[in-house]
Amino acid sequence: MKTVRIGCGAGFSGDRVEPAVELATQGDLDYLVFECLAERTIALAQQAKARDPREGYDPLLVRRMESVLPACIERGVRVITNMGAANPTAAADRVMRLAGELGIRDLSIGTVIGDDVLDLVKHGDFVIAETGQHVAMLQDRLVSANAYIGAEPIAHALAGGADIVITGRSADPSLFVAPLAYEFNWRFDDWSALGRGTLVGHLLECAGQVTGGYFADPGRKDVDDLSRLGFPIAEVSEDEGEADAIVITKVPGSGGRVTTATCKEQLLYEVHNPAAYVTPDAVADFSRVRVAEIAADRVTVEGATGRARPDLLKVSLGYRDGYIGEGQISYAGAGAVARARLAGEIVMQRLRRTGVAADAIRCDLVGIDALHGARVSNDSRGPRCEPYEVRLRLVGRAATFEEAQRIGQEVEALYTNGPAGGGGASANTREVLSVASTFVPRALVPCTTRIQVV
Amino acid sequence: MKLRDIAHARSGDKGTIVNVSLIAFADRDYPRLLRLVTADRVKQHFTGLITGDVVRYELPLIGALNFVLHGRVDGDVTRSLALDAHGKSLSAALLELEIPDDAA
Repeated sequence: MKTVRIGCGAGFSGDRVEPAVELATQGDLDYLVFECLAERTIALAQQAKARDPREGYDPLLVRRMESVLPACIERGVRVITNMGAANPTAAADRVMRLAGELGIRDLSIGTVIGDDVLDLVKHGDFVIAETGQHVAMLQDRLVSANAYIGAEPIAHALAGGADIVITGRSADPSLFVAPLAYEFNWRFDDWSALGRGTLVGHLLECAGQVTGGYFADPGRKDVDDLSRLGFPIAEVSEDEGEADAIVITKVPGSGGRVTTATCKEQLLYEVHNPAAYVTPDAVADFSRVRVAEIAADRVTVEGATGRARPDLLKVSLGYRDGYIGEGQISYAGAGAVARARLAGEIVMQRLRRTGVAADAIRCDLVGIDALHGARVSNDSRGPRCEPYEVRLRLVGRAATFEEAQRIGQEVEALYTNGPAGGGGASANTREVLSVASTFVPRALVPCTTRIQVV
Repeated sequence: MKLRDIAHARSGDKGTIVNVSLIAFADRDYPRLLRLVTADRVKQHFTGLITGDVVRYELPLIGALNFVLHGRVDGDVTRSLALDAHGKSLSAALLELEIPDDAA
């Protein structure tokens, strides 16, 4: 019976590099997928492309490719990635050049384009899902609009012989659905099969998050060797009737662990209704999935199905949305919390007194209430105990860089103007790239696949 | 005792909506989660952090609940002023929930 082995070599743009090398050399893989594109990442990439038309792909593209390509070519492992970000064509050109530098011959690179729908949404009548306002209202603040595209064009590239497929805003699970659909000849209206493929993709797309990353809680959920965490492999076989048709595992001897618990946490990660996980390929149903450990670091997942894919594609909109200014300063020893509170009040008064117009402002005490707010962080008697040290964090959003910058400046001025013993002040100001979404009819987003050969 | 004694959790965000899964370490504790950790109780626990509804999904085959929390006060991840803009640490807050001891 045919089995396909897919590894995931990155779960976000900044992920570790070496686990993918381990997968390429020791994973006995058919496919190696890199998922590197978050909602905000593509908006940043569009800004980079606007500055230089040869840019706009993932900054680690070359580093990741040069570290795995020799092993992948030698072993016949095909690579699929959304590291094309805002500029898959430029990314493909760069990988072609890299292949030449590495002396690789007869390499076929597939590029999927068509997800960039900025012109369409700028000039069409589309509504922002979160606010109900028209997309046109964003005017020139809108910097990116990318439709989440599905597995079909990637599968076409594979059928066309591509050794490497580079996309822009593909839906994360689709990067994994594509090789399964291609290998098993799934039709793109076989919703049940596509639902199972989506489960595989969903479990793998965050890489180490299913092999023991983002899981450890010492004493309760111990995980060994997180500094050399192994990234996941899915073994998928043709026969959906078999309980072990999908096995999640990792390279033997690598760090981390694959257990029913790690798989359950990732199964529900960023999921709302488990019976309706919407992707461009299908509406997957994870509500009747079962997991079982059949051996050490080998877990089966079965029971996923699917229903017909949506007619509308989700579009991620990136837009400039003012600036955030922030300042921090620490206090230690007896009375530290009271001094930090006083410091926060002083800065708030200063910002009012000097007329800084912030849309929103927030004052946290890191170590006391910064993560979950005063109500959840305290019991009925107030803070559970006084920490030895505490850090004031004052942050606000403003329309201009200059006003946002004033927030950090006021925190730094606490050195000579604020409470006793403040130390380690820092300040930063950044532009906000907000993300919203809209929906466009699938027919308006034709994708094309281009194949180049070195 | 606290929820963290019988369950583990993971949270993730999509805009202003955050989900927190709650998974029993042992399947025998799933009925307790079902009984004790209602959507109302979770909404109450997160007062001040969310303004909208809490929807609970039940997954008996894996001994898990999935809570979807609407209307994060901190706003969506890209423009939030919060230190943890994603709300990824909310799983730890849910596990702090006090529950009756084993005997109950």
